[in-house]
Amino acid sequence: MARSDVQLMLDVKAGDEQSFALLLQRYRSPLVNFLYRMVRSREQAEDLAQEVFLRVYRAREEYVPSAKFTTWLFRIATNLALNSVRDNRYQRMEISLDAPVTADAEDGDERTLDVPEKTPNIEQHLVEQARKQMIRHAIDKLPEKQRAAVLLHKYQELDYGEISKILQCSESALKSLLFRAYEALRVELAPLVARQGKLPG
Amino acid sequence: MSCSRVEGKILAFVDNRLKESERLDVEKHLADCSACKLRVTEFRSVSSLLDELPQIEPSEAFDLRVHARVAAEPAKRSWWAWAAVSPRVAFAAAMLLLATVWIGTQPTERPAIAEQDLPVVENADYDVISSFAPLSDLSQAPDDEDAGDPTNVPATM
Repeated sequence: MARSDVQLMLDVKAGDEQSFALLLQRYRSPLVNFLYRMVRSREQAEDLAQEVFLRVYRAREEYVPSAKFTTWLFRIATNLALNSVRDNRYQRMEISLDAPVTADAEDGDERTLDVPEKTPNIEQHLVEQARKQMIRHAIDKLPEKQRAAVLLHKYQELDYGEISKILQCSESALKSLLFRAYEALRVELAPLVARQGKLPG
Repeated sequence: MSCSRVEGKILAFVDNRLKESERLDVEKHLADCSACKLRVTEFRSVSSLLDELPQIEPSEAFDLRVHARVAAEPAKRSWWAWAAVSPRVAFAAAMLLLATVWIGTQPTERPAIAEQDLPVVENADYDVISSFAPLSDLSQAPDDEDAGDPTNVPATM
């Protein structure tokens, strides 16, 4: 039977390096994906995810299982991501407006994953790409706290109690945050939402 | 249930995260409210659109980098834990401390090193005796009126 996250962390605290490797294996992908959606750069997401694991390791001796491990883990990740998003914003403000426009690194990263080797219909493929880009940009346009709430709720499937602890707000404030985020997404994705609504099922 | 109360539960309703009693309340409201019913449909669409985004895989070197950073962390132990792990080192440190204290309390018979090493100047060209004016000259002190004039230097010799 697989050991729980808390048990693994307690084993790390007791000096078992192998348990840390198991936690790394369990959470590297969810963390990198969450951070990737937050900061929009694969390289930066990986750097931040490494930092999260490093902080977990550093805190092992003081670890007390007072909350779910995922709450603690994603709280570290969210704080790092929010700081990074703010830092990036200041950096962008310093970049000259006439700097050459380059392709979004994120688009390139994902494109490599879902381009079929032999596309039967190139037009259909381009439509799919445009659709995904629209969804990505709708998420990117959300204020960072709303974005974090949507990502934790939708992709990590954490419950409201956990997310509210991660974002340090009340559950009712979180529900309101998520409602506003979904309203913004509904407006931003209106053309796709309308088409989706007409599909059977 | 009012529309504003339903708003706070719509997302949980869409995700099937409501308790049974709450779900029934929302369903009852939706049966009579076309606006809320439309919103539920649209939120379901948004949720389904979010599912379309692909996941990325961490790079192959990711684990290695984490392990390397962890390995570079300094060992974090308290002084006593460190001493407990290495009693020989603790014993050696205690002996060194005792030796230092013992040496410090021993009486010293030799003159201070500073006195020994001071260079003695014996053949300096400076003749101290002849540099002084003879005592007889002291009686020819300047008048009181001249004392305040710094330019009026009395002649010696």
